[in-house]
Amino acid sequence: MAAEMEPPPLGNAGETDFRELEDGEDLFVSTVTTLEYPEPSSPEPASLPAEDISINSNGPKQKDVSFDDDPEDLFAEATEEVSLDSPEREPILSDGPSPAITPVTPTTMLTPRMDLGAADMFERSLDEIEEDNNGDTFDIHIAVSDPEKVGDGMNAYMGYKVTTKTSMTIFNKNETTVRRRFSDFLGLHSKLASKYLHIGYIVPPAPEKSIVGMTKVKVGKEDLSSAEFVEKRRSALERYLMRTVKHPVLLKDPDVIMFLESSELPRAVSTQALSGAGILRMVNKAADAVNKMTIKMNESDAWFEEKHQQFENLDLQLRKLHASVESLVCHRKELSVNTASFAKSAAMLGNSEDHTALSRALSQLAEVEEKIDRLHQDQAYADFYLFSELLGDYVRLITAVKSVFDQRMKTWSKWQDTQLLLQKKRESEAKLQFANKPDKLQQAKDEIKEEIEELEGKVEQGEKDFELISKTIRKEVSRFEKERVKDFKAVIIKYLESLVQTQQQLIKYWEAFLPEAKAIA
Amino acid sequence: FLSYLLFGHGINVDLQTDATLQVDISDALSERDKVKFTVHTKSTLPNFKQNEFSVVRQHEEFIWLHDSFVENEEYAGYIIPPAPPRPDFDASREKLQKLGEGEGSMTKEEFTKMKQELEAEYLAIFKKTVAMHEVFLCRVAAHPVLRKDLNFHVFLEYNQDLSVRGKNKREKMEDFFKNVVKSADGVLVAGVKDVDDFFEHEKTFLLEYHNRVKDASAKSDRMIRSHKSAADDINRIASTLYTLGTQDSTDVCKYWTKLFPLFSKLSKIEARVAADEDLKLADLLKYYLRESQAAKDLLYRRGRALVDYENANKALDKARAKNKDVLQAETSQQVCCQKFEKISESAKQELIDFKTRRVAAFRKNLVELAELELKHAKGNLQLLQSCLGVLKGDT
Repeated sequence: MAAEMEPPPLGNAGETDFRELEDGEDLFVSTVTTLEYPEPSSPEPASLPAEDISINSNGPKQKDVSFDDDPEDLFAEATEEVSLDSPEREPILSDGPSPAITPVTPTTMLTPRMDLGAADMFERSLDEIEEDNNGDTFDIHIAVSDPEKVGDGMNAYMGYKVTTKTSMTIFNKNETTVRRRFSDFLGLHSKLASKYLHIGYIVPPAPEKSIVGMTKVKVGKEDLSSAEFVEKRRSALERYLMRTVKHPVLLKDPDVIMFLESSELPRAVSTQALSGAGILRMVNKAADAVNKMTIKMNESDAWFEEKHQQFENLDLQLRKLHASVESLVCHRKELSVNTASFAKSAAMLGNSEDHTALSRALSQLAEVEEKIDRLHQDQAYADFYLFSELLGDYVRLITAVKSVFDQRMKTWSKWQDTQLLLQKKRESEAKLQFANKPDKLQQAKDEIKEEIEELEGKVEQGEKDFELISKTIRKEVSRFEKERVKDFKAVIIKYLESLVQTQQQLIKYWEAFLPEAKAIA
Repeated sequence: FLSYLLFGHGINVDLQTDATLQVDISDALSERDKVKFTVHTKSTLPNFKQNEFSVVRQHEEFIWLHDSFVENEEYAGYIIPPAPPRPDFDASREKLQKLGEGEGSMTKEEFTKMKQELEAEYLAIFKKTVAMHEVFLCRVAAHPVLRKDLNFHVFLEYNQDLSVRGKNKREKMEDFFKNVVKSADGVLVAGVKDVDDFFEHEKTFLLEYHNRVKDASAKSDRMIRSHKSAADDINRIASTLYTLGTQDSTDVCKYWTKLFPLFSKLSKIEARVAADEDLKLADLLKYYLRESQAAKDLLYRRGRALVDYENANKALDKARAKNKDVLQAETSQQVCCQKFEKISESAKQELIDFKTRRVAAFRKNLVELAELELKHAKGNLQLLQSCLGVLKGDT
């Protein structure tokens, strides 16, 4: 029994890759097969496409039992990082392969592979496990740096250096550096969105265009505000890329890998706001908005109802919070300017004061206030880059989440429409039965039968699509929430630490001033 | 006379309070468009009917008293304590009205909270105006000469309305022209070089000092306003955090609920910092702006007297040369001389006392400012560190 039941670990593991990509994504055809342990919360095997599996012909239960010991032996040397608790192993071993991969026969796969590539692959794959009980072992770091203006006048643009450091095998090198421009990033997002949004993946949105900001840079205005704009954009681009690669599916997308690795990238022209594609996008957006209002979906799934409402609320509150933080940044900058101005004025006052000790104390006060003004400036910077930008990112991300929910609605609507069409055809078929035109009848009957068969297939596909997108969304939302917790926690801690530093500096400055004030005699 | 330092609200420094005459504002009532101050006096002086009594006065009556000092030639040689600024609740009242109009568009909690904030603001302004009026009276009561002024006693004791109406349009115009003439004259007078080094130095000093205090006062006001705005923002952030805490059902929720009390307290501390800066720095500068103006006015009067004296001298010489109206010219010259010398003598002391008061007041307020800033920064630090500890320990 056990022998029969022993599918190659690789074969199975290979199959597990596709649990994430059940809709037949061909991502693994060209690249090295990498392994991914699904999250403990992933759906059950029962929801997998019911394909005929040559390897795992028996029920799940038996497989689980028999693999408790053997896999442990096989994986022992390779899998130091992952706990080999059975709950984790079960899903891996009990599902069937996806149709997209060529099933590998047990015999060839077994021992030789294990010696050579498998161990490596397992090690690397475990590095790629994004969320598991042992913490984050995801290993890739992307930096966007060195903004440089290329060209002159209105055709000028900012080029950014993108450096990727990783030990993951899907990349050719451990460290790659390429140069990219803003439209390249937009192009990447546009491709990812067109590939993944409609099947329920939350694709992180790219940073927004800014005609005003960019024009200043193009025109060559070398002032503080354009430097700030470039820094803001650089930071946003970096966060965008990190968010994109943190997504286990997007990370392996060939467009992403090409973006990070190839030295030359075809110019993404369709991202220009006033291009044909840009206008088409706007038209589509408008059409979507109208559709959203007209589709009335019977939500049978309470989870979706609840989540949808939650995201609406979250959206509202985050926007409010973002607005308040932006206002704080603005006022702190103002405070910094006014403090500097007061410092100068206090220095002047100290100069004209004819009592020596008081004069000195006033000059000291002026110095303290000058230092404090710089402190306020730094704090405003932290307010912005840590807190405000995070909130802005999440407001945009939630828009992406909401659009994924909308896609599900569209999928449902399409399915329903197909169903209605099928029904109509069936009705016309029934009518034909009672019609009295023998010569045309047979031909018409055959035609309709064909159409009906086709529609039946479509309806089935529509239902599958709907169930698939629903499942994907559930997973995506769960991943999104986990990411959100980590993200917010990390940023909030950093932000609070910046506030702590400010207060500590304030204490230092005022403690130094106090004896000076007391020394006034 | 001895140099004196006055009790007050930190603007002037405390000294043993003089038992012969103690004045304070024991109560105040804010009505629709006026404030009624209850002026309370305790005195062992024989000229008062009782030892302790109170009267109700309004702002215009304080101004009347101040103006009577200024117009009194006898007091030309003293720094007249600056008049308190008019109570200004307009901004606050406007905000309160806007709040009432916008009541329908916000939640009950938001409305109550905003109302409380505005009421606190109104109260703060109210306290300040009471303090300003009180300081004026205390300064007068502590001045060895002014405290004996008859108008002052009437002000303190007469329990009926003084029937001092505010200036009408014509009188305001007259005042305006008087000021124009005075400043033009002041420029002329200031141009006259003084033989006396002390006064020459004081003139130069006061002119520059007054302008710089004016600038510092304006800049400190602006700085404090920004500070208040930032505190308000932090408060709004706290409110939204609260809402998020109640709505969010994910793990992030616990962060919202931990951050809300933190930001709420932080905003209160920031508001307190702004308020303390206002009290210890802005008010100090505003007061010395007014006092330095009063000192300048004293110098102007002395300068005027000096010019009159010199003119009288010239007139006397001319009269002696012509041998006509010599006696008249002599008397006139003597009067001018006496006036000038009297002013000079008291002015010197007044200016020395002004410096002493100023230095003491700045010292007190700067020390208190630094101490309060430290207290608040330490408070903030403690709150932040404890919250961080909780957040970090929470994995």
